[in-house]
Amino acid sequence: MTALSTETTHAGRTAGIPFILKKAFLSACVALVLFSLMIGIRTEAGSDGQLTWWTRFGDLASIVGLVFGGSIVIELLRQWLGPIGAEKLVPAPVQRSLSLAGRFLGPALLVFTLLVPVIFYNQRYILDLGILVLTYVMLGWGLNVVVGLAGLLDLGYVAFYAVGAYSYALLATNFGWSFWVCLPLAGMLAAIWGVMLGFPVLRLRGDYLAIVTLAFGEIIRLVILNWQDLTGGPNGISDIPRPTMFGIPLDNSDDGLAAKLGIDYSPTHRIVFLFYLILALALLTNWVTIRLRRLPIGRAWEALREDEVACRALGINTTTTKLTAFATGAMFGGFAGAFFATRQGFISPESFTFQESALVLAIVVLGGMGSQLGVALAALTMIGGFELFRSLETYRMLVFGMAMVLIMIWRPRGIIGHRAPTVYLTKAQAISSDLVKEGHG
Amino acid sequence: MDYFAQQLINGLVLGSIYGLIAIGYTMVYGIVGMINFAHGDIFMIGGFIALISFLLLVSLGLTAIPLILLLVLLVAMAVTALYGWTVERIAYRPLRHSFRLAPMLSAIGMSFVLTNYSQVAQGARVKPVPPIITGGYTLHEGPEGFAVQLSNMQIMVVLVTIVLLAMFTWLVSRTRLGRDMRACEQDQTMAALLGVDVDRTISMTFVIGAALASVAGMMYLLYYGQVDFFMGFVAGIKAFTAAVLGGIGSLPGAVLGGLAIGLIETFWSAYFSVEYKDVAAFSILIIVLIFMPTGLLGRPEVEKV
Repeated sequence: MTALSTETTHAGRTAGIPFILKKAFLSACVALVLFSLMIGIRTEAGSDGQLTWWTRFGDLASIVGLVFGGSIVIELLRQWLGPIGAEKLVPAPVQRSLSLAGRFLGPALLVFTLLVPVIFYNQRYILDLGILVLTYVMLGWGLNVVVGLAGLLDLGYVAFYAVGAYSYALLATNFGWSFWVCLPLAGMLAAIWGVMLGFPVLRLRGDYLAIVTLAFGEIIRLVILNWQDLTGGPNGISDIPRPTMFGIPLDNSDDGLAAKLGIDYSPTHRIVFLFYLILALALLTNWVTIRLRRLPIGRAWEALREDEVACRALGINTTTTKLTAFATGAMFGGFAGAFFATRQGFISPESFTFQESALVLAIVVLGGMGSQLGVALAALTMIGGFELFRSLETYRMLVFGMAMVLIMIWRPRGIIGHRAPTVYLTKAQAISSDLVKEGHG
Repeated sequence: MDYFAQQLINGLVLGSIYGLIAIGYTMVYGIVGMINFAHGDIFMIGGFIALISFLLLVSLGLTAIPLILLLVLLVAMAVTALYGWTVERIAYRPLRHSFRLAPMLSAIGMSFVLTNYSQVAQGARVKPVPPIITGGYTLHEGPEGFAVQLSNMQIMVVLVTIVLLAMFTWLVSRTRLGRDMRACEQDQTMAALLGVDVDRTISMTFVIGAALASVAGMMYLLYYGQVDFFMGFVAGIKAFTAAVLGGIGSLPGAVLGGLAIGLIETFWSAYFSVEYKDVAAFSILIIVLIFMPTGLLGRPEVEKV
């Protein structure tokens, strides 16, 4: 936490060693006060309900020392590199070639994804991870419709994921309906909830919208948690039926797929099937989004994102525009939820917390709002990165939070780039969107 | 009737705590125009700082309870204010002129950092403290033996809220800093042109908001006798609801909204169900925003084109 060093030094000012030392010393002082009580002293509830505490001055000293050293290093780096800017870190020719490569990256990535189950057939872990990443790719693409295209900040997206998951789980366990019947139903129910959320928030924008969607997500989670008779409350729903390949179960029974094809049964068959299932669902999301973007409704979404007042002045019905964005995004969230339920076989409210919403939102924004490839790459990086820290369970969210802050400071418009409106009145200017900031353009 | 009176007291005390947190939201929203997502976690940190400084002071041999509480209050306010300052410096200042979503996401990231930082630093278990302020008054003894109680603790929470609120109102309406804050709220560029140090004013807004939240954290610790690393999230949304209900940007509105949310939550738990009290509070947020988008005391928003 080099609090003091985030301030940009003015260009052209040469700061000497005393300046750097003073800055580092101040940072260390701030760190000392910040961490003195929280790190220096550890409390714990004892067995008889009494609080015990002990000191950890060693840890405190090392953290303060780290801040001091880190501040010096950052300041030196800053003087050496000059003011940090995205243009400087990624030189223009590299950026150009990257965007050229981007045209081939998408198809290449798709081909690789299609081949993953073939290459890693015997590595269950990689297949599971692939399914997880693809689930988040799908969620990211779904939320991208709401946030990236229509510019409506939704912090409760996980609610639709939950609605989809619980719809499938309840329909399948209570009525025994198959996955293929429940999937569209789950999507439809989630879309209905999206419209229901859409109505009250039609008049809101910006931060109000964010907090209302956050509250909505919490309401859904709390109702699921407390409606014990229907949802099982905190115990969740277990024994959710596995999906069948259009009626053919993927198990070890006589009418299973393995028996029908006359090959040996292996549990990997089901994993591979799930992999292709979520890939298909994700690609469906992508395809629908790209198609919609070319239709009047998609263009209305982008107009809404760019300027709501101008959008209304042009005669676009913002009510239907917002509602369709919410409904479309929610529907894909519902599909993903139904898939999640069938993959896990067990769901509980714990899977649908605000952290999940924030993770999906972070994927969309870090990937670059509106950019399909960006979202996919961000999902791969974030979920993969998350996996790397799996052994450090408690530090994982800490690192995740820090990464979110740092990336936002470094590239507020997303790492990979964002999508400009599809249609322009005039020819698009060839300047980076990062240079045109709100209120300064 | 007695039961109602008791719930009224409980609700007002809870509402005072929400009101103190809500002021931080309202101030930051008034000046920067965005929700400080990390504010609920600042409240939680305030609770922890109060707990730890209390333990330290007791083990140093202090026995006079009022002196200890006053020192704890000062330490908690000072250290938590520094947290507020740091959050502003790291997550908001570099993004002040960035596009709208960026500071909001960095604030959400900051909220995760603070939550998990206190989990790593202090463990995930609930930290209990024994009741420090005991005793109270029986206001009315009912025929069935149900007595309306007003504890000294509850009196203290309400008193501290009133005193801080008075101090804070004085600060905003009478001091140089308050004038700067109101100027920045109107128009930052213009204020800067007229010699107001906008950076410093915004920093001070975060500092004061964090100090008030830390008092709320301390009151929460004393009143409920426990803190844990996750308590900031729900309290934060509720305080935000209070700020919106009162009309965001309005200081009396924040307190009024806090009291309203406290009362609604308490009465809902008393007469309907404890499980759905949060659902009730969050539903109110949605309902208020549909029918009164500017809240109880808020001014209508001027549409800037």
